[in-house]
Amino acid sequence: METLVYTALFAPLVGSLFAALFAMSPKRQMTGVVTSILLFVSFFSSAKVLMHVVEHGEVHIKLMDWIVAGDMYIPFGFNVDAVSAVMMTVVTLVSMVVHIYSNGYMEHDRSFNRFFSYLSAFVFSMMVLVMSDNFLGLFIGWEGVGVCSWLLIGFWYHKEDVGRDVNPSISPSWAANEAFIMNRIADLGMLVGIFLIYWNVGSLQYDKVFEVVPGLDHGLLVMIGIFLFIGAMGKSAQFPMHTWLADAMEGPTPVSALIHAATMVTAGVYLVIRANPLYELIPEVSYFIASLGTFVAIFAASMALVNRDLKRIIAYSTLSQLGYMFAAAGLGAYWVALFHLAAHAFFKALLFLGAGNVMHAMHDELDIFKMGGLKKVMKWTYIYMGVASLALCGIWPLAGFYSKDTILEVAFNEHTYIIWFILWLTAGMTAFYSFRLVFIAFWGDERYKKLGFHPHEVQNYVLWGMLPLGILAVVFGWHKESFMEFVTEMLPAYEMSEHTHHMVATLTVATTLIALGGILLAFRLYSVRLRRDEKVEKSKIYKVLSNQYYIPIFYKNTFSEPYAKLSEIAWKEVDMQVVDATVDGIANIIEESGDAARQAQSGNLSDYLRWIAIGAIALAVLALFAALKS
Amino acid sequence: MIGLGHYLILASILFSIGLVGVIRRKNLLMLFFATEIMLNAANVAFAAISSYHHDLAGQMFAFFIVAVAASEVAVGLGLLILLYKKYGTLDLDEFTMMKG
Repeated sequence: METLVYTALFAPLVGSLFAALFAMSPKRQMTGVVTSILLFVSFFSSAKVLMHVVEHGEVHIKLMDWIVAGDMYIPFGFNVDAVSAVMMTVVTLVSMVVHIYSNGYMEHDRSFNRFFSYLSAFVFSMMVLVMSDNFLGLFIGWEGVGVCSWLLIGFWYHKEDVGRDVNPSISPSWAANEAFIMNRIADLGMLVGIFLIYWNVGSLQYDKVFEVVPGLDHGLLVMIGIFLFIGAMGKSAQFPMHTWLADAMEGPTPVSALIHAATMVTAGVYLVIRANPLYELIPEVSYFIASLGTFVAIFAASMALVNRDLKRIIAYSTLSQLGYMFAAAGLGAYWVALFHLAAHAFFKALLFLGAGNVMHAMHDELDIFKMGGLKKVMKWTYIYMGVASLALCGIWPLAGFYSKDTILEVAFNEHTYIIWFILWLTAGMTAFYSFRLVFIAFWGDERYKKLGFHPHEVQNYVLWGMLPLGILAVVFGWHKESFMEFVTEMLPAYEMSEHTHHMVATLTVATTLIALGGILLAFRLYSVRLRRDEKVEKSKIYKVLSNQYYIPIFYKNTFSEPYAKLSEIAWKEVDMQVVDATVDGIANIIEESGDAARQAQSGNLSDYLRWIAIGAIALAVLALFAALKS
Repeated sequence: MIGLGHYLILASILFSIGLVGVIRRKNLLMLFFATEIMLNAANVAFAAISSYHHDLAGQMFAFFIVAVAASEVAVGLGLLILLYKKYGTLDLDEFTMMKG
């Protein structure tokens, strides 16, 4: 079993190092194929491990002692329990599909090999994150995925800033830095949380920490919970640290699918699920998490309503779905959060990969208003994206129906009707913007023809590669019961009250109705031709939404620019005037005194002899005085 | 009666003459003479103190100094001759090639 766990963990690393060997050389198909095969190996091992965990319970292995200093003992250990096994399988499956997909998508990229090296390195970091048996290992993986995300968002670092009518100009390297810095700020919070745990518990092993946690002071637990959640907020792009996720869409589309939809951004949810014994004890923080998640769900959905950028719409929907996950986790339904996480990973990755196909066909054009009628030329992509959108909206019998519906039931069951109502409303908005995208891009008149585009379907193997995600987006929800049984061995079981049981049918109908309503509205507005209403587009609300509530501008004015000014002052006033001046001053003194002392070296032996004589006499006088004194 | 003090005074006078010579003279040959005077001032002092203390070590030292002085003069004079052949002068003020 150990071998399988290690294979699952290290196969992506081997692939990454292999691809890195050719990082500087021109494209070699081999790197793409080898990394994809290794990812398949990793997926296969993960699936085997999952089966093993289902049958025999968790696997705990220790690779080596890591930090042993005094009382501090942190081993490099891995713990594969129900949660980790599910995460491993989801991560490796989506990664495998994305690797295969990237072979086609990055076909003409000159940094083909480098791309695969980064991508596999990301998978390795993610595996460390989910498999570690202690908080420090989790943190290493956490930082690892952050670095890989930075490398991959900025993959086309040579691209210039492009001015857009909707967005302020951003470039991939800018977006990468934004994501990295924002995560760094949040990671500081997480690090503080980890320090607090270590100081008060004396260990970072999950099992030991969660054993001790109930005995700790309540205020302290609240602090730990808040600080850990700050880390989760950064990684999962929750408000107010959400701006980086939409800008991260500057990266290649497979990256968006893998990192910024399916895996990395769910790490925050994973952390909350993993730390459930802690959050169970602090209901006020949990309630805050649920409220924030709910807020982000509707907040992000509202921005997606008006956006014209294909990838950004999907990015906002990711944000919104992350909000759902946090709402579920905050309300104590950890297994539901994990269930939605897995289901979301499948259909959202599929949606993104479909968007990648469209982008590819449209020569990197992202404005959906310039597309239209694509379903004729891209039949399979249309079907995939349609299925994924239906799953996202929560239409029976697709995966999203089961997971999202359960979250709404949980919100109802907890008597948090406001949360329920907002999430219910968001479900309608989700349906509207998803199908707005589908109808505008795939239905209606063929506007791209006028603009001189010649879209074409992508390679066949790419479409086949996406099939596993397509199937899972459909069938995953059917296994809700067995999934629940499996993960509740590890996570607290969530019981619905009698009352909720009676209401389930009503709730389901309500949710389905609003989702269908959203789809119908989108159908009415956009299915025949693109309908643009001048009055709506001129309205204040539209402007606020399309400018993302002016939050990026607010951040720029309140944080970035004053900070830049402060840095300039520190540079020109403090560094140049004080620090540099001091250092230069010392150097100048030495130089000038050397220049003055240089006169002594006249080259004339007589002068030297005179100096020797004076020195000798001075020494003799000193000796005399010393002798007299003693 | 000539005592130890007289010898030491003589040695001091000789040493001072040598020191002034070293400092003031510009001719290298004269510089050598001056150093010889200083060495011999030390020799006088050694011999005098050795006899005063009835200890032969001082006189042995004086002999060593004589031997060192002789070899130094042998080497030094050789160098001086070469220097004179090359530059045609032994005036120290002419040799300032090492000026910094």
